[in-house]
Amino acid sequence: MLAGYSLGELGSIMAMQGFAGLILFSVFVLMALGLAVIFGQMGVINMAHGEFMILGAYVTFLTSKLFTTYLPQAFGVYFFVAVVLAFIVAGALGMLVEWALIRRLYKRPLDTLLATWGLSLILQQVYRSIFGAREVGVDQPDWMMGAMNITNSIQIPINGLIVMVLTTFIAIGVYLLIFRMGWGKQVRAVMANRAMAGAVGIDTERVDRITFGLGCGIAGIAGSAFTMIGSTSPTAGQLYIVDTFLIVVFGGAASLAGTIASAFAISQARSTLEFFLSGSMAQVIVLLAVIAILMIRPQGLFVLKVRR
Amino acid sequence: MTFLTRKDMLWFVVLALVLLIVFPLGLETFRLNLFGKYLTYGFVVLGLVLCWGDAGILSLGQGVFFGLGGYCMAMFLKLEASTPAATKIQSTPGIPDFMDWNQLTALPAFWQPFHSLAFSLVAVVAVPTLLAFGIGLAMFTRRVGGTYFAIITQAFAAILTILIIGQQGYTGGVNGMTDLRTLLGWDIRTDHAKMILYFVNAVLLLGAALLSHVVRRSKLGRILVAMRDKEDRVRFSGYNVAHFKIFVFCFAAALAGVGGAMFTLQVGFMSPSFVGIVPSIELVIYCAVGGRTSLLGVIYGTVLVCAARAAFSEAMPQLWLFAMGSLFILVVVAFPTGLAGVYRTYLDPRLDRLLPWLGRGRAPTTATVERPMHAAAME
Amino acid sequence: MQTSTDYLLAVEGLTVSFDGFRAVDDLSFYLDRNEIRVIIGPNGAGKTTVLDLICGRTRATAGSVNFKGHELTKMREHEIVRAGVGRKFQTPSIYEDLTVFENLEISYPRGRSVFGALGFKRDAAVRERVEQIARDIFLADHLDQLAEYLSHGQKQWLEIGMLLIQDPALLMLDEPVAGMSVSERKKTAELLHRVIQDRSVLVIEHDMGFVEEIAHKVTVLYQGRVLSEGSVARVKADPKVVEVYLGH
Repeated sequence: MLAGYSLGELGSIMAMQGFAGLILFSVFVLMALGLAVIFGQMGVINMAHGEFMILGAYVTFLTSKLFTTYLPQAFGVYFFVAVVLAFIVAGALGMLVEWALIRRLYKRPLDTLLATWGLSLILQQVYRSIFGAREVGVDQPDWMMGAMNITNSIQIPINGLIVMVLTTFIAIGVYLLIFRMGWGKQVRAVMANRAMAGAVGIDTERVDRITFGLGCGIAGIAGSAFTMIGSTSPTAGQLYIVDTFLIVVFGGAASLAGTIASAFAISQARSTLEFFLSGSMAQVIVLLAVIAILMIRPQGLFVLKVRR
Repeated sequence: MTFLTRKDMLWFVVLALVLLIVFPLGLETFRLNLFGKYLTYGFVVLGLVLCWGDAGILSLGQGVFFGLGGYCMAMFLKLEASTPAATKIQSTPGIPDFMDWNQLTALPAFWQPFHSLAFSLVAVVAVPTLLAFGIGLAMFTRRVGGTYFAIITQAFAAILTILIIGQQGYTGGVNGMTDLRTLLGWDIRTDHAKMILYFVNAVLLLGAALLSHVVRRSKLGRILVAMRDKEDRVRFSGYNVAHFKIFVFCFAAALAGVGGAMFTLQVGFMSPSFVGIVPSIELVIYCAVGGRTSLLGVIYGTVLVCAARAAFSEAMPQLWLFAMGSLFILVVVAFPTGLAGVYRTYLDPRLDRLLPWLGRGRAPTTATVERPMHAAAME
Repeated sequence: MQTSTDYLLAVEGLTVSFDGFRAVDDLSFYLDRNEIRVIIGPNGAGKTTVLDLICGRTRATAGSVNFKGHELTKMREHEIVRAGVGRKFQTPSIYEDLTVFENLEISYPRGRSVFGALGFKRDAAVRERVEQIARDIFLADHLDQLAEYLSHGQKQWLEIGMLLIQDPALLMLDEPVAGMSVSERKKTAELLHRVIQDRSVLVIEHDMGFVEEIAHKVTVLYQGRVLSEGSVARVKADPKVVEVYLGH
């Protein structure tokens, strides 16, 4: 399959496909960050994570419609407003879900998985009832559609760059919150021993709710980014959930750097392979490779050895 | 040791009566065929009772094994339907139509053995079992369990679906293998054939339920429950825990394969829409609704949910997802023991008072393995 | 002079590090046949880790554990058990969803392969042995009860019974009397005295009264190393031990 390409050409292909995959990579990173917070820190499997992303995408879609109707002169910046709104809406729904559902199931992780699957079905139907089954697309302002020329053969799309920068900020923010400030310590304390954490004065319910909301909010931002590469439909989120879970597991559930590195590896491998193979085969090969590596290192790539 | 208590026996006979007499008498052929289809999922949920309910291993990829069994059967039927005479308008007669549409000019090598019914029937069980063995060996010897295992089996469901859809020249793609006609010359599309296939399926399912019961009643069954509870203790009692997990995963896969084959025979086609993530997780839900530790409960649960779905989606399709989603949440949060749990809490004690002779003949030291598992510890 | 193979258990140069932290550091000790050895030491000294290393729950970074000629560091957990090493965990580790009878039956050393377990028959020999053990552990009247409903002390006894039914040559107990009421503790001590006949026992215990009662020899661990070893009297007199442990 590599026949006919020189090494230099291969390098260019990698680079171009790499930049083409920039937004996909960012969506993956954001999705995975949200999941890493929820799964890695809380141990909760949220099968509705994709639906939270799609919620963010619909919020972005609505925001763009509002701007075209009422504030056409400010349309150029609607995306940034949409990102904030997507975070707030998805985060609020996340906190509601935690309160209504997740907190009853902390001792039964596999059951959480099933209950959140039920939730994802309900959300899909809600989207379908409100927005219809058809895909909706979002218009992007002209200035974001352009590209920056780095060399003659390599161009970087502006929207990709913006999403990249946004992702970087969020990743740094999550890192600071979880590993540099007291918050992460509280979350881990609650996970390790709920009763004891409560006894030493941590408001465990609040910690759970905010952590879950945060993870869902980040998924909402992923949805905003998603509108730039795909059309939003009620079931679009489902396509991302398996990949995202594999990214988180592959990177080592508790490691943010691992999550980002594995999102990079997986999205790049996929977009590079897609150049040579059909999209479906590229996906199959990447998934199989991830599983094969996980069999060699089931704890993920970036987990330290600890006494169990 | 008594292997069937009187009460077990009673409920088994009731199930047999329902499947073999009530359904065939009460339903017209079209509906009976539908119920036959639902019952093929029964094979999968029986396996899930042992795998998930007892051993605490949640597989979100049972559709893979169901699908593989179904595809093995479909390949045989497709070849039989693709005689050179029947396909003479194709540019390459004698190969399945979808191959011809995809410019294949010869039957691929892995299709060749499926000319033989004996081989195909073996493959129906062997292919899913071997795949389960491979996955199990790789996962369980490395102590991948709990949610990780669930996610990875789900990835397999995604992979197989993508593969089937992507390789349409070899698999029939997204439409699946359709237009299956005869089994050794016997037309499976007639009402009469459908009736017979329904009974074959029902009897096989009853047999599978009995077999599962035997396995659960053995010491192996108790070891599965023990593993769910305290895996380390089992290991430090001298058992190779991985072997037991591999066994129960393979057992569930083999049953699912049989279910898939019966599905193909009764419905007349097989497609990737019965393989992927969504159908796989639905199978788990059928199991949860019926009561994940009750062999008979899950069969009733499956039939009930499927029948409800058919009724709903005919009448109010948009409500179906709401109903299904709420059902999941309700069962998981409020009734983790499912229908069987409701029966045990409310009906069983009354039954004991009503028919005291049923309670006798109970094996003295058998555990109630029917409690829901709480935390399947995360690795 | 004995060679290491004359001992039942010879631990030599045993080391394990987690992320560079040496929880057990170049540890050596030898256990005679029918010897009762108690390991004491402050929290975090690596006591439980030593048991984990011997029974294969944790893999050693370096060193060897020789048991009756078997190199345990190269064996898997169930193989170590089958070679004759029994391990009791610190918190009672029993199958709550099964009855007392079934708990003991699962521990009965027969039918341990998949198909062996499928074909396992609950015959008279099994019943008799289970009932005999149940009498030993004061649970003869609780055979049909779900283990979940036992008291904390009864759960500890059940786990000891699950080890006894395997008749291990080496029995390892991690704080067997911790968290017990006074009467339970007395009964447990009585049970342990019977249990430890005719086999080697490795016990982790904090209760010095209990230690003095049973120990042939004591090994004091501190920061993953042997601080002192010998008879109870000698160890208690050792100024180093007094300083880091007993003095508190």
